[in-house]
Amino acid sequence: MIAAVSTIEKFKNWVEHRHQYARDWKARTGGKLLGTFCTYVPEEIAYAAGILPVRLLGSHEPQDVTEPYLFGMFCPFSRDVLAQGLKGRFNYLDGIAEAHTCMHINQAFESWSIHLPVKSFFISMPSKVQSPRSRPLLAGQLGIFKKEIEEWTGRSISDADLDRAIDIYNTNRRLMWDMYNLRKAPNPPITGQEAMFVALAQQMVDKEEHSQALRELIEELKTRKLNRDPGARLMLLGSEDDDTEFIKMVESVGATVVIDDHCTGTRYFWNEVDCVGDNRLESIANRYLDRTPCPNRDWPDRIRFPRVLQMTKDYGVQGVIMIQQKFCDPHEADMPALTAYMKKAGIPTLFLEFDATLPMGQFRVRVEAFLETIGQEDLF
Amino acid sequence: MTTKDIKRYKTKPFDSWKLAKELRMNHYREIAESRTEKGKKLLIGGGTESMLGLPAGLGEYVFFGGEPYAASMSAGDPAFAVECMEATESAGFARDLCAYMRDYLGSFLLDRYYFGGPFPKADFYLQTHFCDTHGKWYQIVSEMVGVPYFSTDFVPLRWDETVEGRQQKVEFFTGQLLDAIEWMEKITGIKYQDELLIEAVKNEFRTTSLWAECAVLNQAIPAAMDEKSMYSFYILAVLMRHRPEVVRFYEILRDEMKDRVANQIAAVPTERFRLLHDSQPPWYALHIFRYLEKFGVACVGANYEFGLSGGWDYKPGEYLRPAVPPQDRGVPLKDREDACRALAEWWLDYHLIARGIRFSGPGRNALVMHMLKDWHCDGLMIHLNRGCEGLAVGQMEIRLALVEAGIPVMTYEGNVGDPREFDEGRTLARIDAFMESAGLKILEE
Ligand code: SF4
Ligand code: SF4
Repeated sequence: MIAAVSTIEKFKNWVEHRHQYARDWKARTGGKLLGTFCTYVPEEIAYAAGILPVRLLGSHEPQDVTEPYLFGMFCPFSRDVLAQGLKGRFNYLDGIAEAHTCMHINQAFESWSIHLPVKSFFISMPSKVQSPRSRPLLAGQLGIFKKEIEEWTGRSISDADLDRAIDIYNTNRRLMWDMYNLRKAPNPPITGQEAMFVALAQQMVDKEEHSQALRELIEELKTRKLNRDPGARLMLLGSEDDDTEFIKMVESVGATVVIDDHCTGTRYFWNEVDCVGDNRLESIANRYLDRTPCPNRDWPDRIRFPRVLQMTKDYGVQGVIMIQQKFCDPHEADMPALTAYMKKAGIPTLFLEFDATLPMGQFRVRVEAFLETIGQEDLF
Repeated sequence: MTTKDIKRYKTKPFDSWKLAKELRMNHYREIAESRTEKGKKLLIGGGTESMLGLPAGLGEYVFFGGEPYAASMSAGDPAFAVECMEATESAGFARDLCAYMRDYLGSFLLDRYYFGGPFPKADFYLQTHFCDTHGKWYQIVSEMVGVPYFSTDFVPLRWDETVEGRQQKVEFFTGQLLDAIEWMEKITGIKYQDELLIEAVKNEFRTTSLWAECAVLNQAIPAAMDEKSMYSFYILAVLMRHRPEVVRFYEILRDEMKDRVANQIAAVPTERFRLLHDSQPPWYALHIFRYLEKFGVACVGANYEFGLSGGWDYKPGEYLRPAVPPQDRGVPLKDREDACRALAEWWLDYHLIARGIRFSGPGRNALVMHMLKDWHCDGLMIHLNRGCEGLAVGQMEIRLALVEAGIPVMTYEGNVGDPREFDEGRTLARIDAFMESAGLKILEE
């Protein structure tokens, strides 16, 4: 039985009532709401103009409204996101933004732009983040984005506005790591599902408010004891994943998720904007180029794999669940090499393919079998 | 209706077809021989939208392009293609990944070259990335083969790109081309010769412009070139557009096209309905185009083979015409920097496929509409291609835009390289239904 912690309930409520939160925020502040298709959208710039960026996520309900717009081979996540727009669930948005991520979510963005009447912004985010040439390109693209935001809101973004936004975002990222670090404990004071609520809320709620709640949560966690056996320590990684029911199921069969490599988790808050010199846009660009890349951007060298491995060490991970959205080419391309890499490091992996809705019974059996192998002695 | 009742044009096979085939087969032979003592030569692997002229400064080399190789095997020996894909899938790769990549990887894993002998492993890999698969494909291959890899990142222009945005992208790409040259020099130890580069890029510009010219000539009624001939012709620009013999080939083809147009020599003698095709074809089922001909349907073009290695000067709503090579516009091409900048500008400004993959939506829809008008098409046939996510981008939106505009459009599902995902009976039934709605029946011979 997990003792209820009111602060955690707050994060859960934010996630479960995200639309209400956004509407209330708008009524309260009179600001604009910008839906983001991906974590590469440089939110600091929009935030500096008084805009609240909110991540567009799916609802995990079966749907067929996207069929006329998206071919069935596009990932369930991108289709689910578009479905939310088409069903009017995000009709409070003033604008949408995408920084080129992958062709699937790009396509959802394009269809949204065609069929739903909101302002749209596209940032040409380079893919070869490892090239020094990407730095001036992205800084330049951010300059264009900044100008477009200024025109849209009718207010200019000063250096002081940017500094304030950067500071608020950096603080929030730092606090997320403070909370995540507590999960390194032998018996983590927070479950994986609870941590996922905190991480998801981070992408939907005003960062100042989120940080405030996070500070309270961290204080509570310092003395919190969970009356449960943590079981096997697991990592989740792979495609977009906001399935809190899946984590709940995993943690109900003798495991605790202690860390992740998801764009809905560590990849979102990985690093801070390190302001060097006067050019804030360059500093913001560097932050996005230096974060753990999604597979699409992880070439020619592999930056993500060693970081993932380091996390398994830091968090005492005993097994990794590799999650891949069906048809997610970026992660599909990485899976064989990553599986081999983990195997070489002696870390067991379980591969699961996600759809918008999950066959939970089947997954439970597979997770249980996986947990058994983790616990087993190597006899041969 | 019989063929006697409808207008019948003269027809004859293309004279250039034999030369195209010869050049293509020599190329694949050259690749195999490059790995032998006798024909030893630098072999560079990668995607064919790589800047093929770039390695020319290293001296003689041959480029082994993954996509046309996969297309060849899927067209020529579908069973082998399936064997290759199964080998890739056994190695843990998902079945819905790019079919060309699965063909290519499987051929490597089986160590069997479709044109005979072992799989030719390159000395290094050079790629250009604009579809999500590009950068990853040769990362995987270079790790497996154990040789160096360089990829440039091509960030396409938006359909409504600003001057400022274009400039940023030109600088970005030019810089990377210069980096690629330095990298190639370093890993091969070969001194790079700028004059050879300049010649090669001039050839790239010329070839791609000439291919666009040939495509424009196909606007004539009747169309001189059909879809199947196009596949044999466009491929040379894809494989080796930087070589002088390929420039020469397209000059010959252009002249032959002019002659056919002047003399009304048709590809489909009973042409009475013109279609545009979207995406690559299912290579193992090219006979569907023959089937269309039975109805008097000519497939007169496609964004894919026109755009892939074509240099197109496109102004939305105004014109779509062959781009003029920089050397004809007095653009200085004196040194490496000039050549790289001109190459970057050429691909950024005139590569419509890359732009369409990154920016689908209204821009891409408008381009298709423009092509339908210029090529006097009666409709569009969309291959909903499960084997190429790049070209599948925006397809359903195009369909919708056409339906809304009252333009006939049909879709069929398939896979560019994987016959396991193609249902021939169903496709033919869809064609029949589409033909019926257009009021067309099979013409009796
Ligand atoms: S990265 Fe994968 S999960 Fe995310 S949008 Fe792209 S295809 Fe979908
Ligand atoms: S564009 Fe299509 S064929 Fe080319 S690499 Fe991408 S998915 Fe493969």
